[in-house]
Amino acid sequence: MDRERVKFRIGKDKAFMALVILLSFFSMVPLFLILFYIMRNGLSSLSWEFLTELSKPVGEVGGGIANAIVGSFLLVVIASLPAIPMGITAGVYLSEHKRGRLSYLLRLAVEVLQGTPSIVIGIIAYLWLVISMGGFSALSGGVALGIMMLPVITRATEETLKLIPDSLKEASLALGVPYYRTILKVILPAGFSGIATGILISLARIAGETAPLLFTAFGNPFMNLNIIKPVNALPLLIYNYATSPYPEWHSIAWGASCVLICIVLILNFVTRIIAQRWKVQF
Amino acid sequence: MNSLRRGKLPPHAAKGLTIFVVFILLFFPSLPWAKGVELLGAGATFPYPLYSKMFHEYWQLTGVKVNYQAIGSGGGIRQLMNMTVDFGGSDAFMSDGELAKAPAKILHIPTCLGAVILTYNVPGNPELTFTPDLIADIFLGKITKWSDIRIAEVNPEVTFSNMPIAVVHRSDGSGTTFIFTDYVSKANSEWQRRVGRGKAVNWPVGLGAKGNPGVAGLIRQLPGAFGYVELVYALQNRMPVASIRNKKGTLVQPGIASTSLAANIPLPDDTRISLTNTDASEGYPISSFTWILVYQEQSYRKRSMEKAQELVKLLGWMTHEGQQYTESLHYAPLPAEAVRKAEKIIKSITYNGEQIHR
Amino acid sequence: MASKSIDNQIDPSPRVPGLRAEFVFRKILLLSGLVIVVLLAAIFLSLFLHSLPSLRAFGLSFFFTKTWDPVSGKFGMLSFLVGTLLTSFLSLLICLPFSLAISIFLGEYFREGPLSSFLRNVTELLAGIPSIIYGFWGLFVLVPIVRKLEIILGIPPYGVGIFTASLILAVMIVPYAASIGGEVISLVPSDIKEAAYSLGATRQEVITKVILPYARSGIMAGILLALGRALGETMAVTMVIGNSNLLPRSIFSPGNTMASVIANEFTEATGRLYLSSLIEIGLLLFLVTMVINIVGRYIIKKVSVEA
Repeated sequence: MDRERVKFRIGKDKAFMALVILLSFFSMVPLFLILFYIMRNGLSSLSWEFLTELSKPVGEVGGGIANAIVGSFLLVVIASLPAIPMGITAGVYLSEHKRGRLSYLLRLAVEVLQGTPSIVIGIIAYLWLVISMGGFSALSGGVALGIMMLPVITRATEETLKLIPDSLKEASLALGVPYYRTILKVILPAGFSGIATGILISLARIAGETAPLLFTAFGNPFMNLNIIKPVNALPLLIYNYATSPYPEWHSIAWGASCVLICIVLILNFVTRIIAQRWKVQF
Repeated sequence: MNSLRRGKLPPHAAKGLTIFVVFILLFFPSLPWAKGVELLGAGATFPYPLYSKMFHEYWQLTGVKVNYQAIGSGGGIRQLMNMTVDFGGSDAFMSDGELAKAPAKILHIPTCLGAVILTYNVPGNPELTFTPDLIADIFLGKITKWSDIRIAEVNPEVTFSNMPIAVVHRSDGSGTTFIFTDYVSKANSEWQRRVGRGKAVNWPVGLGAKGNPGVAGLIRQLPGAFGYVELVYALQNRMPVASIRNKKGTLVQPGIASTSLAANIPLPDDTRISLTNTDASEGYPISSFTWILVYQEQSYRKRSMEKAQELVKLLGWMTHEGQQYTESLHYAPLPAEAVRKAEKIIKSITYNGEQIHR
Repeated sequence: MASKSIDNQIDPSPRVPGLRAEFVFRKILLLSGLVIVVLLAAIFLSLFLHSLPSLRAFGLSFFFTKTWDPVSGKFGMLSFLVGTLLTSFLSLLICLPFSLAISIFLGEYFREGPLSSFLRNVTELLAGIPSIIYGFWGLFVLVPIVRKLEIILGIPPYGVGIFTASLILAVMIVPYAASIGGEVISLVPSDIKEAAYSLGATRQEVITKVILPYARSGIMAGILLALGRALGETMAVTMVIGNSNLLPRSIFSPGNTMASVIANEFTEATGRLYLSSLIEIGLLLFLVTMVINIVGRYIIKKVSVEA
């Protein structure tokens, strides 16, 4: 073996590993930069008034984001109510029927739905709900978000239930427990962590979605709990204030970003805890 | 497996209760008697600082919430045509053609006067002067650097660096754009031929930003930028405002006085008139009314009489008591003749054929 | 499967109440599956029906016309098509070295351990940051940096533009491209790796000559997924791309993407043709991301079956 050549190859090997490690860690830099900037610029805006007051007129200092926080919460609840049950039942269907025309179509539909851009879902919600209801509303925004939650929950449910061995189900059936009770009381609780994880992931995803809300929820400077009226939301507020020229509004946008990121991080954290403590293990 | 059911209530009762509570919380506020009347408007960003202040004060005064979303005049007109809002806001009055396409008769009620000004981001932020041809040529892309001799001609005391001019315009359908392009079309024949007037045009050059706030925000941060916004956006952000040589050759600075002078002309009964390229010798050439658009017959789409009444009351307040908020925000108040015409128009708003305003 | 035959045998007679509940439950499962499929079909149908005016008026020329003129009513999406393609492919190019590095890091060098879970967590968090925050941060942090770069290069210092949008997209899609690649790399069978080692290959040579070629379909799938994400991204792009409906002349020009123009102009599109043109763009976006996602997942399925 040529000594020189071997040394060169060993050198290449080390250099390659160094490059891989370098690039990997470099790609983490944006995350820390983003968190750093948001915390640095946003924390100073946070206060009790910030979280509980409404916004002030254009150009005036002060005011808060209470209506956006409540609005975001309202939208998430409206989205979850249809999405969670339907997502779970569709996931159960898929795990129970591994073959068949409908299963094939359903899996395809779920994949396509998951990859559909959120702006397109916004268009659909506008066409279906805003025009028919004659106005913008929290309901139309919530439905758009719900459509986005569906595929995530369905897939998470299906994947989790696939991990549960058939023997559990068959033992329950053999004991005379009806099918529906077997699913509801035995199988689903066994897969709780996976399903809950899927739900939390979908919630974290839609909490930050803006595009579908642009022409459905529309925005509202006042507090609003009425689902057939327009409502403000954290991402909408950030978008409007960030693109404005007013420095006071920029600070509010940083503060709101802080709040939003904290919500996303908390959801992520809870997801991780649930996944570990209630691991689906057999 | 963990047992997750160590509560005091039997599990189905707990689940049922939560679902029941959630439904109550969701649907309770939506019941028609639950809250007072709220009005929804959308449209122009041109008067948005004024409206935002007015509606805030109105809410403190009367408890009526007016939700105005500044999505641009084009958006205001479109949403009013779709009947998804109670009123639209626009600085571009609807043309006869547009009105013909509307599902019912639409009224224009002027609310204030504003000025579309040119602002820029040049080192030192000096006070600059422009002629209409200069403005047209910059927006046509024929003049691309600040050091161009034609700019220096009109601004002899200022030294310019070789910075490229970054033209900024609106990316959305805008009444402000309409006012601006209307003026440039009247004052420059090449612009009239190549681009024309409209709420959204085929811009030959430039970057787009959303809304007056977006344009102001971009210009503020972009060295070499040059664009048009409503006066208050530049003043509130301490951005420079250009003086323009008007039709009569006078160098005019935009402001409440020069804007009001431009409005000193006979108004048609429906108040749809353009004030740009004014003949007034001291008038600012890019002034304009801004309007609130409503349907004359308010009983469409099952609207309640109460809502129509609140809308009429709001309009009355905006054209009278609300005018006190205009000057501090650098808008010019409505001249007396405009208020008279507005009153007549408001009186013509009907519900099921009957006049609402008393 | 046992359940299939039970389906046919259940007699939902009211004499046996338990079986009625059984029947209803199965129908509910079936219904929810049907609803989702119907939902997707309805989405496509709605988009298609509302695009018809524009399809009829412009036909195929819609894709090649660069005029987007609301005043004269002439619409063509070439500028947005170019903007979308430019930003998506540029962002893929930028993210590729990083995603590949992460895949190799997690799949080969550090499969377990604190370092591995740290990187994994960070990557997941990156994927979880809402796009509006990426856009906001991009507007206030990236744009000034790009502006300084443009001043050095001697071009108009817009700061916003295709390049900035591609940068922010690249950061956003790194986790997507890295996720599947990492898994596939770790699943490469040890026997072919050890065969290479036994022939005297260094670790780097095993990676580049054995593992990566073997895992290439999985890596491709990850790239396709990332591409799908990049194509549909709206908010982060619309805040930093400069919103110009003109054909971009260079990567530093301002431009617009299909998703971004819909966000900008949808609420105000007056006139049926204007709105219909925007919806047609939405339809195209829908179809393209659908195809990419299907192809991507098909590759994943093939790869996992092989493994």
